[in-house]
Amino acid sequence: MSVLLEVTDLYKEYPLHGGVLGTRRTVHAVNGISFTVHSGNSLGLAGESGCGKTTTARLVLKLLQPTGGVIRFAGRDIAGLVGDQLLAFRRQAQLVFQNPYEALNPRFTVLRALLEPLIIHRIGTSAAQRVGKVTDALHRVHLNPPELFFLKYPHQLSGGQLQRVVIARALLTDPVLLVADEPVSMLDVSIRAGVLNLMREIEQERSLTSIYISHDLALLRYMCTRTAVMYLGTICEIGPTAELIEHPRHPYTQALVSAVPDPDPEAPRRAVRVADSVPTPFHLPPGCPFADRCPEVMDICRHVRPLLHQVGSVEVACHLYPDDAGQSRESASSAQEAR
Amino acid sequence: MAQLEIEDLTIQYQTSHGFVHAVRGVTLAVERGRAMGLVGESGCGKTTLARAVIGVLPKNAAILGGTVRFDGEDLLALSADAQNAYRWRRIAMVPQAAMDSLDPVYRVGDQMIETMQLRGGLSREQARDLSQRLFAQVGLESSRTRLYPHELSGGMKQRVVIAMALALSPQVLIADEPVTALDVIVQHQVLRILRELQKTLHLSLLLITHDISVVADLCDDVAVMYAGRIVETGSVRQVFTAPQHPYTMGLRNAFPSLRAGAGPLVPIEGFPPDLARPLQGCAFAPRCPFVVDRCWTEDPALLPAAGGQASACHRASEAALLRTQAGEAFARLSATHLGSTQ
Repeated sequence: MSVLLEVTDLYKEYPLHGGVLGTRRTVHAVNGISFTVHSGNSLGLAGESGCGKTTTARLVLKLLQPTGGVIRFAGRDIAGLVGDQLLAFRRQAQLVFQNPYEALNPRFTVLRALLEPLIIHRIGTSAAQRVGKVTDALHRVHLNPPELFFLKYPHQLSGGQLQRVVIARALLTDPVLLVADEPVSMLDVSIRAGVLNLMREIEQERSLTSIYISHDLALLRYMCTRTAVMYLGTICEIGPTAELIEHPRHPYTQALVSAVPDPDPEAPRRAVRVADSVPTPFHLPPGCPFADRCPEVMDICRHVRPLLHQVGSVEVACHLYPDDAGQSRESASSAQEAR
Repeated sequence: MAQLEIEDLTIQYQTSHGFVHAVRGVTLAVERGRAMGLVGESGCGKTTLARAVIGVLPKNAAILGGTVRFDGEDLLALSADAQNAYRWRRIAMVPQAAMDSLDPVYRVGDQMIETMQLRGGLSREQARDLSQRLFAQVGLESSRTRLYPHELSGGMKQRVVIAMALALSPQVLIADEPVTALDVIVQHQVLRILRELQKTLHLSLLLITHDISVVADLCDDVAVMYAGRIVETGSVRQVFTAPQHPYTMGLRNAFPSLRAGAGPLVPIEGFPPDLARPLQGCAFAPRCPFVVDRCWTEDPALLPAAGGQASACHRASEAALLRTQAGEAFARLSATHLGSTQ
């Protein structure tokens, strides 16, 4: 299977000016991450708010410019894309927004909202052909009969219906990559399953590659074959979702997994040993970003940033696990300093 | 006698679109020293219910009928002054998003002291001592009192507002979505603390949430609310392992599980009814795979079954059988929905 998306050593920093003393600070939103997504696969990005998962998605979609690193899409560096090439990339990589109530222009009817991408991307030669495409897309997301929805405004639709319109809009340009940022978090529990099942069907049907961003590990288990757990702009563990959940290795992944409430009242309750603190992306410690909250913290963790390395079927960035590949930590740390 | 007994409570809002029947005859009891989870989707009336109990309904809401009894005394019949005497001293509430209502320009300790002076008539010294004790109770170091809200994490802020609610030693605590905006690890910690406080202070807790996992994690009893009514109530064990109402049965398969071997998700098709329109029959009927003729005309009453469980369904007596068919039945209903008008 070919690699569709290859992210190498990606950084995104935001300078912050001001403050009483006019101090300059830098927000390290994404701090040196690398991953690949194969064609037809789905990757989950998990982590708490502020961990950089949404920034990562926006970088991948070229909605933000990285401070450093390379993103290759179908073998091609997206940094230099302009004009028609950029437009072609936008057709191929689409985003499903988190909040369907805000993702649609309240003054556009459903038909107008869905014709828009077709016009921008010059898809279809006649109005009739475009309306036909909109009809098909609405039908595909189970809004039937499609004509009934043409002249509806967003406020006339339920949350579940709105999110289906947002998905239909993303599909209109025949994308190969779909990025979904918390696609159901704004929807009621009884509605979520329908939207998730729909996205799974469409992915299989079109062999789509997808990235799901969610704080909900159970959702990622349902939707994604692989998942990356992020903390303060870094990936602390990446691998098959089932393996991450059943045998979490990084202490942060362990805490995340055991903190998820179990809907079975009979299930044993687990303890989470991670301290509550305010992780700030301003002054990152030289060592492991999780060191301050880690129950297993060792001396080395405060000085040397652990790099991702293979442990069993996953990759973990943690000093607790000896490096299978035999790469010495010293060389890893000096590489870090050289940057 | 239950600590808090709500009976046939009916509340409506007057809006520019007419009357919205937010709470339609709710009967609910929170037992002394137990944690009750009130679970339902957005707009089902759970927050309105909580605000009625503590007497802080918005101006356009009217209580049309029913009673709210605390230790047997009807709170709705009391004068405003007498209600004030109950609020915070007997029944306290952590409102939704309370942690965002901390004043950003005052230290959290000072805000707490001021609140206690106002609500409890304490002297500044008494209030300071008490706030230190409360901080310890919710697991915050006393040095944190000197911090401003922006210096605290969401979890710490939530602990501060929980501590504030407990200031005057209430017997009933209502917590409205206390962990909704929090990250999962912090959510876990706040829930642990709520549970601990509830046990050690022997509080009667009414926890309002849309997340049934939170209820399973924290509560002894549960009430499931749908379209302004309680459709099922009982102990958490009973309701989660042997649900009697089709809505509760449907919820079990409607969200993903962290566990291995979980089957495909089965949605509950459709959406809750518009409470601004008059309803006939059971409000869940249009989404129910087990609907019979009677459901369209007659609203089922919440009737007790064995062991304190109660449900509002005309087919409650067949619940054991329906449970075994629920997964398939909801899936079938969903499949027919996909082919037709929604």
